[in-house]
Amino acid sequence: MSTMPAVRITAVEKRFGAVRANQGAALEVMPGEIHALVGENGAGKSTLMKILSGMLRPDAGTIEVGGRDVTGWSTAQAIAAGVGMVHQHFMLVPTLTVAENVVLGREPVSVGTFDGARARLEVEELSAQSGLVVPADRLVADLSVGEAQRVEILKTLYRGARILLLDEPTAVLSPPEVAELWKVLRRLRDGGATIILITHKLDEVMAVTDRITVMRQGATVERMATRSTTPEGIAKAMVGRDIALGGGPRTETRAVGAPALIVRDLAVAGARVARAVDGISFELRAGEILGIAGVEGNGQTELLDAIAGLRRTSSGSIRIGDRDLLALDVRGRGLAGLSHIPEDRHKRGLILDYSIADNLILGQQHAFTRNGVLDRAAIDAHAADRIAAFDIRPTDATLPARALSGGNQQKIVIAREMARDFSVLLAAQPTRGVDVGAIEFIHAQLRAARDAGKAVLLVSAELREVLELSDRVAVMYGGRIVTIRERHACSEEILGPFMTGAAREAA
Amino acid sequence: MGTLLFLGQTLRIAIPYLFAAAGGAIAERAGIVSLTLEGFMLGGAFGAVIGSFYTESAWMGMLCGALVGLLLGAVHAVASIRYRADQIVVGVALNLFVVGATRFFLQLAFDSSSNSPRVAGFGGEGASGNAGAFLANPLIWLGIAVIPALAWLVGRTTFGLRVRAVGEHPVAAQSVGVPVTRVRYAAVLLSGLFASLGGVYLALDQHQFTDSMTAGRGFIALAAVIFGRWDPKRAGIACLLFAAAETLQIRLQAAQLIPSQFVAMIPYLLTIVAVAGVVGRSTPPAALGKAE
Repeated sequence: MSTMPAVRITAVEKRFGAVRANQGAALEVMPGEIHALVGENGAGKSTLMKILSGMLRPDAGTIEVGGRDVTGWSTAQAIAAGVGMVHQHFMLVPTLTVAENVVLGREPVSVGTFDGARARLEVEELSAQSGLVVPADRLVADLSVGEAQRVEILKTLYRGARILLLDEPTAVLSPPEVAELWKVLRRLRDGGATIILITHKLDEVMAVTDRITVMRQGATVERMATRSTTPEGIAKAMVGRDIALGGGPRTETRAVGAPALIVRDLAVAGARVARAVDGISFELRAGEILGIAGVEGNGQTELLDAIAGLRRTSSGSIRIGDRDLLALDVRGRGLAGLSHIPEDRHKRGLILDYSIADNLILGQQHAFTRNGVLDRAAIDAHAADRIAAFDIRPTDATLPARALSGGNQQKIVIAREMARDFSVLLAAQPTRGVDVGAIEFIHAQLRAARDAGKAVLLVSAELREVLELSDRVAVMYGGRIVTIRERHACSEEILGPFMTGAAREAA
Repeated sequence: MGTLLFLGQTLRIAIPYLFAAAGGAIAERAGIVSLTLEGFMLGGAFGAVIGSFYTESAWMGMLCGALVGLLLGAVHAVASIRYRADQIVVGVALNLFVVGATRFFLQLAFDSSSNSPRVAGFGGEGASGNAGAFLANPLIWLGIAVIPALAWLVGRTTFGLRVRAVGEHPVAAQSVGVPVTRVRYAAVLLSGLFASLGGVYLALDQHQFTDSMTAGRGFIALAAVIFGRWDPKRAGIACLLFAAAETLQIRLQAAQLIPSQFVAMIPYLLTIVAVAGVVGRSTPPAALGKAE
């Protein structure tokens, strides 16, 4: 290509205290291409994108956009130059309408007053042009995540973005929504836009991008054309070693034991709906992983909260063996053999300001006391053991959990929950926001628990993860299980319609 | 005639509430807790009396009161926004400070620990019994206009849109280039201005300043804001409702049917009921009280 790169980043360095987030980071993106920026968590992708979008200033190196040196520019300058960032966590005001959110900061005015009608009109026009369908008058709070993301993209387009940075855009989408997003991105590219996609899902990289830049430990390690590489090749470049994708061969015949967790006609109220879980029954057997697939917000959270004892149930029963869990509090359920990896590790899995050692005994502290006083020696020994067994880094147990990367924080939670004497494991989004290496490790742990005869209930927004790990798969939609089937009778194509509510069967 | 008198008296009592509630609504919509309304009012009342006393002009009194309100608003804003102090603590401290400061300056200026001398107000003596004087008071008209004006400001202007965004999700607003800090400063200054006018009205209506004369009206106004679910119009209606209850209390007191203390509890009881979610859901602005 003889044209000038849309973005050229060379030799960028960025330090946060002692941590080098970027060191030797480089990126070259041609106009009109979809470019993947991949790497493990902590590889420095997001830092680099924040530098490009003006949110951070590099310590060294240069940033060029359209051939112009823009190193150290501000967000406002980046927006003015047509660089728009679609954040991973939506930057939308839930109490404003779609149109108001899109125009916020650059509102159309007439006679000094906000012109709501024109805002709506402009958003509708832009929506028609780009193929991003949104209800302009609806409150953002009432949108689905897919719709909210379209609003985010519209926001950048409204500001005239020609270079779009998308940070993990598919993390919250269902397969049809992902397909829709790809359509939109391709359309934007064909219209001349340049798109940089941060992701660590390799199938996405293969499906939609033209070229790939791989980062590792803050540096750019490889650049490649998508069509001349394979997922294994990308993974190897990301991690720096060979890695087994798909977890290796499955052992098809498995001795499945007696029902360990029995849920009958369970109904649970949600924050907004009276029946977030609307009459669910299933049995989870010892020695199996039952995966619950479904778009987030279809009752999975409420279901797991109810089983874990964190949310009151309206009706129905939950039992482990012949013990009625509803009669027990959270601690009692733990003693009855329940272990829980919560979906939000920051909210429920960890106390970020506590040390690693203390986090490793949360909820089990009673087992680490003598005469009502914490037994420090036992806690430290436990921490050393868990840190070694789960390869938690850094290994200093006195560090606060806050200082660790997402993957290592999640390992703390999993190490703790697997240290219990448990028969049933609830694993909610066990690999969310975790890098490839840690995913591999966590998956191995879940399989090992299953092989040791534990019953594992896995909830994941990642359909691939569910398919990869589960022996049986259930799909939740609208608070119900719309299908439950053996793994071999599942595929993304089969489950897709169930996830969107287009299909359902008596379960 | 009786009804008309009742309505007139209700309105007269409602004016300070309307001003203060307007101040509360704008600040809280921008995400800043408005525990300071009481202090703004008291400061405004004292400023009005000082201004009116030395210039013998009610208009100058009004101006002085408004300036004190802006000044106190600025203190609140700098502490809460610039220095990210806990807004509840700032509110309580500012209220106590104003009680002490007005007492101090009362002593200093008028050599009295309880009240100022008589100053010029709008219209003649005892406006309540005199419809003409009542209607000649510009603060009455301002007070009636303040809520619709605020509703327009919050609901229909660019500034209002930004205030709502900033109070709900400041990071999102920041990310699209809304100057979050500036919007909040403006909102808190307006809050000081509006609320102080409530105090100005009280002082000029009584032609003098008396120690702690606002007597909790700022808190009732805040209750009205919450009762009105942070919506200017609803907050205005809540003010009228509370004022009507107070009017009723005054009438019942004369009749001695039930202890007046019970009637005085009505605004607070209504607020507790409202906040407890009995009358629909009451959701404060999401970023309220959070320093970034």
